Amino acid sequence: MINAVKREIPEFIEGYGKVKPFMGAYANIGDVVKTSVKIKSVKPNDKKVLPSIKDALLKCGIKDGMTISFHHHLRNGDYVLNMVLDEIAKLGIKNLTVAASSIFPCHAPLVEHIKNGVVTKIYANYMSGPVAEAVSKGLLKYPAIMHTHGGRARAIESGDLHIDIAFIAAPTCDTYGNINGVEGKSACGSLGYAIPDAMYAEKVVAITDNLVDYPACPIEISQEYVDYVVVVDEIGDPKGIVSGTTRITRDPIGLRIAKLAAQLIDEVGLLKDGFSFQTGAGGTSLAVAAFVKDIMKKKNIKGSFAAGGITGYIVDMFEEGLFKALFDVQCFDLKAVESYKNNKAHQGMSASMYGNPHNKGAVVNNLDVMILGATEVDIDFNVNVTTGSNGIIIGGSGGHSDTAAGAKLAIVVTQLTKARLPIIVDRVTTVTTPGETIDAVVTERGIAINPRRQDLLEKLKDSNLPIFTIEELKNMAEKLTGVPEKIEFEDRIVAVVEYRDGTVIDVVRQVR
Amino acid sequence: MRRSMLFIPGNNPSMIQNSPFLGADSIILDLEDAVSLDEKDSARCLVRNALLSLDFNGCEKVVRINSISSGFGYDDIDAIARIKPDAFLIPKATEDDIEEIDSLISTIEREEGFKLGCIKLIPLIETAFGVEDVFNIIKSSKRIVAVLLGAEDLTADMGIKRTKEGEEIFYARSRIASVCAALKVDAIDTPFTDVNDFEGLRKDAEKAKLIGMSGKAAINPRQIDVINEVFSPSFDDINWAKRVIEAYEKAKMEGKGVFALDGKMVDAPILLRAKNIIEKAKAIGLIKG
Repeated sequence: MINAVKREIPEFIEGYGKVKPFMGAYANIGDVVKTSVKIKSVKPNDKKVLPSIKDALLKCGIKDGMTISFHHHLRNGDYVLNMVLDEIAKLGIKNLTVAASSIFPCHAPLVEHIKNGVVTKIYANYMSGPVAEAVSKGLLKYPAIMHTHGGRARAIESGDLHIDIAFIAAPTCDTYGNINGVEGKSACGSLGYAIPDAMYAEKVVAITDNLVDYPACPIEISQEYVDYVVVVDEIGDPKGIVSGTTRITRDPIGLRIAKLAAQLIDEVGLLKDGFSFQTGAGGTSLAVAAFVKDIMKKKNIKGSFAAGGITGYIVDMFEEGLFKALFDVQCFDLKAVESYKNNKAHQGMSASMYGNPHNKGAVVNNLDVMILGATEVDIDFNVNVTTGSNGIIIGGSGGHSDTAAGAKLAIVVTQLTKARLPIIVDRVTTVTTPGETIDAVVTERGIAINPRRQDLLEKLKDSNLPIFTIEELKNMAEKLTGVPEKIEFEDRIVAVVEYRDGTVIDVVRQVR
Repeated sequence: MRRSMLFIPGNNPSMIQNSPFLGADSIILDLEDAVSLDEKDSARCLVRNALLSLDFNGCEKVVRINSISSGFGYDDIDAIARIKPDAFLIPKATEDDIEEIDSLISTIEREEGFKLGCIKLIPLIETAFGVEDVFNIIKSSKRIVAVLLGAEDLTADMGIKRTKEGEEIFYARSRIASVCAALKVDAIDTPFTDVNDFEGLRKDAEKAKLIGMSGKAAINPRQIDVINEVFSPSFDDINWAKRVIEAYEKAKMEGKGVFALDGKMVDAPILLRAKNIIEKAKAIGLIKG
């Protein structure tokens, strides 16, 4: 069948089940039912601290075919997923589903567990590195399911993704299971992505390298959700958890793109008091923040909030009074961690509060402007951030689709060509985010406004900004690079890309 | 309009490809100092093909050739003039060089069927002799549209220290600005070499503008915005100019020969200054019309 972004998808996918086709970004909003969760209540004198991961696994009743979950706040420094899977493998358990909010290169040992049948299914909002390559090459028994950050929270809350055991890497935890991310040698700040797992998993195991006396205030994930606590030497490598500083690009092309994006935001009239904003931690995205900051200061604009993964640069803007508050689902650097710890208006948020389309209002719905990246954009404004130019999975939506759907102005910033390849193409390899939610594409050579946004085009009709159609930008790119040959895939589906509402927006097939 | 002229190494395809989209008014594709001796041929070939195939987005296309005395200059002119760049930048320019180059280009223009004089010249003044002889250098060819001051070589030639403050080039700037104004060509200021000091760049550009330089060369794309800002009329300037012109139109309607604005008499030079500001603002796109 053909879905709303013109993708041919099967009605049934082996290892996934019946497919609900993507019908449009806002087609599936309305009455929803949240699932209930079976838990074991505790008696007053029960103890939660166990001597080892193996003990926790046995206490939780680990068995073949279970779904275990992990969060990615320790990013490319995470040790917990590997530690847990190694113990499970030793117990001879097979056929597990790993529901990790993201998978990074540090999770390379997972490939062996895929090969030997310990893990046969994966859910992730983002994956890069050896595991992503293994999935792309068809090593995983069943297709991986790619969520958005908000979509994962939705899937957990609705029961679409049932978690048997959630393992929560806890930078600080007390003896009764209260967790925070702001203290300890592995401090990572907000633990927003782990919250739905804690609330809806049947069993929750906190794994910490900083066990403290009760209570571990401030409490981010509370004792009411946590079954067991295990202490290990290290939950992660601090170097991979948060970067020292995130920097604005010095690349002139990145700066040109960022400046154009900031001018666009200003010219369409969104830069005014009460402004709300989100951008990523990449050099160009941060540079947009820098140019936006200049305009805000010049015009004495006081914004409402900045959201998302928070960087030190955004913290600086907040501390200068340019935003009243920060909504933080994940801290990207040490400065953000410090600010999250010390500032009351630096507010943590769960993945559900951040981007779940099936709750009573996510933060993304209140965003004025979102700055997004892309590996490809097509002439329908569909964006691919899932697969690279060779068809291998290199990422995934993360919050891309959630913020694009929520923000009043969703801007993709990208170079027109990268590594001698055009970025604007007729048809993206994989649709991650539907074009109907993307309002503008800003490149160094010009800006394309989605024709659905006639209101924006009207506001920009006297602008000096270099406005082109998306087809004109595509032609400019192709004039420089030519048209690349199409990537060839096998028929086998190796990943299912779910839109935030749980419908299937695209599939990824095995690379040849 | 030459507020900013950006030097781009002639041997770097990626930088050449992106250079027209960085906001500079002119792009100087450099075959001289940026290119090592063993890359002269390949850079010439690259620059030629770039000029033939790339969209320069309305930027002026200038090629800095090697000096005639280096032996590479003749090949540069022969290869590049045949594809009609907007201008050549001539290093360590002398009257003799300019006359010889003018003649070579005229021959090529005739052979290629180009309009005679369509390829312009910009002498690079970077010796003490060049500073003193700048009037004659400009007069030596009708192709000359601007002069670029090269302060690094100039101060080396004079055996004096080059400083950030630039007091040592006050005379050279003043002389070039004055001669260029007299002969109606653009006076382009020397690059500011600390590419991470934007405040220093701004001060340096403002100093040059005050003396009468009309634009400035850039050696890093990140310098362009500051340079363009300094050499563009400010919004206050534009508003003042609009008010002068409105007052002038009103006085003309009322049959008044002289008139005052904000208590100050407006005479012909002030009106001319106001008209120049409006013209410049229109050319840059700061105002419509």
